[in-house]
Amino acid sequence: MKKGTLKQILLITDGCSNQGEDPSAVSALIRQQGITVNVIGVLEDDGSEDPEGLQEVEEIASAGGGVSRIVYAKALSQTVQMVTRQAMTQTLQGVVNQELQQILGSDQSMDDLPPEKRGEVMEVVEDLGETCDLEVLVLVDTSASMTNKLPTVKEALEDLSLSLNARTGKNRFAIFSFPGNRKNISEILSWTPAIEHISSVFPKLTSGGITPTGPALKEAMFQFASAPALKERSKTDEIIYEEPGH
Amino acid sequence: MKSSMKNQVINIRPGTIIQGKWHHNQYEIVKQLGHGACGTVYLALFQHKHVALKISRQQASITTEVNVLKALNQVQGARLGPSLMDVDDFVTARGVSFSFYVMENLQGYELNRFIRQKGQEWLGILTLQLLDDLDALHQAGWVFGDLKPENLMVTAPPPRLRWIDVGGTTRIGRAIKEFTEFYDRGYWGLGSRKAEPGYDLFALAMVLIQVSYPKRFDRGADPARTLKTKLRHAPMLQKYVPCIERALFGKYSSSKEMKHDLLNSMTTRSRNVSSTSRRKHVPKQQKKGIHPREKYRILEPIGIGVVLLLFGMVFMMLQSL
Repeated sequence: MKKGTLKQILLITDGCSNQGEDPSAVSALIRQQGITVNVIGVLEDDGSEDPEGLQEVEEIASAGGGVSRIVYAKALSQTVQMVTRQAMTQTLQGVVNQELQQILGSDQSMDDLPPEKRGEVMEVVEDLGETCDLEVLVLVDTSASMTNKLPTVKEALEDLSLSLNARTGKNRFAIFSFPGNRKNISEILSWTPAIEHISSVFPKLTSGGITPTGPALKEAMFQFASAPALKERSKTDEIIYEEPGH
Repeated sequence: MKSSMKNQVINIRPGTIIQGKWHHNQYEIVKQLGHGACGTVYLALFQHKHVALKISRQQASITTEVNVLKALNQVQGARLGPSLMDVDDFVTARGVSFSFYVMENLQGYELNRFIRQKGQEWLGILTLQLLDDLDALHQAGWVFGDLKPENLMVTAPPPRLRWIDVGGTTRIGRAIKEFTEFYDRGYWGLGSRKAEPGYDLFALAMVLIQVSYPKRFDRGADPARTLKTKLRHAPMLQKYVPCIERALFGKYSSSKEMKHDLLNSMTTRSRNVSSTSRRKHVPKQQKKGIHPREKYRILEPIGIGVVLLLFGMVFMMLQSL
């Protein structure tokens, strides 16, 4: 099987969008581009927030073919890496399922294989997960209520980079925040192979109560198109991972 | 906290019958035993015997864990992990599909409780045994990954430390699949998250440390220093300090090396033998760091002698009264 690049957007937020288009619709559009949207809803550690208020989190992720979690700030590091990993597996499983269908010539998926046969398929998925290239665009909500959580977010992202860079495959990360100054999003870190020492660039805050999640996601989508290709990637072995609808 | 847990924990009422879609075996749920990152473990009855059943919405993680258990069950000469009994799917009346696997139900004590009840001397012994198992695992090309007290259990008799959750077990050379911050060398800034024997040995050292600090502690501004300080203030671990430190700072490349070292520090009588063989095993840069300690080693028997003499005198005095 050919080696390709997995593309993901990771949205970290603590509230509902209140401006612009429906984020779930944007997320569905992004998925069509072969990019997965994962969402993490962050709660205050003191438990003062209402998890139900973050219902949107799940909707955006499922529309974007990704994974969602709602967690307390202190559990963020672990969650960020788990969500990213799980989404990779999910996407790759979709790709492998498609290949299986081609081979078996029917609409068989992994679910239809007896448990004994799944093991080998899973080995392939794991192999791909270890060796494929990965691009993660992190989109951080920096509206006022996120103030206390930003140091934790920063730590979690550095930690994510540590986890993913233990893989054999190449990684590229970019960090954007929203709402931006007069724009929908603003760049914190342009595409780079590792997230290190971002403390200096991590923004203090943009104040105000607006959370334009939809427009921000849309802007994030365009950041992939403008990203220069990975060095070792030639056009011939480029395939776009698309998750089949299920 | 319902919604945040929704993704991970599956609630099944006791008494529910889980019937496999492929192999048609029936399991009666008795109670929930715990839940991990990607599934919930239940105690269940199968043909009047207790078994452990792990169930998850994520077929992929169940399949991955089954792969690991199969590989571990094949390792000769060591019982690594619980033995695998069945793998199947469960479809509810509403048509929701779950994957599960069934393994032997290991019963025993939590590590910390066992040490509290049976005595500190067991800590070193259990660790030696675990190092044997880790060595067999590493030889077979795997790294345990998520090594922590929650994934270990002391079974008895004879007392033996066994691992009960293999969810983090990763092929050597790959990125660690699952980990817990406190036991992860990456979190402490003391190494990568690549699966290699040293990764497990670091986690093992942290398991030993948490026996003295069950509530764990934060890494602080200087994680390496934090660890050294905590280690110095743990009376229970003094015997093992040099060994633990070497594991923390990545000085061991295999479980065998660590076991050898640990064994030497535990067998105090054969001190002369141990100090010569120890030298062979310690890398050259290390020697300098050890010298001051070796000096104290000479003082130790003198100290013990003095204490014995005092005891003897007190005894004699008491008798003469």
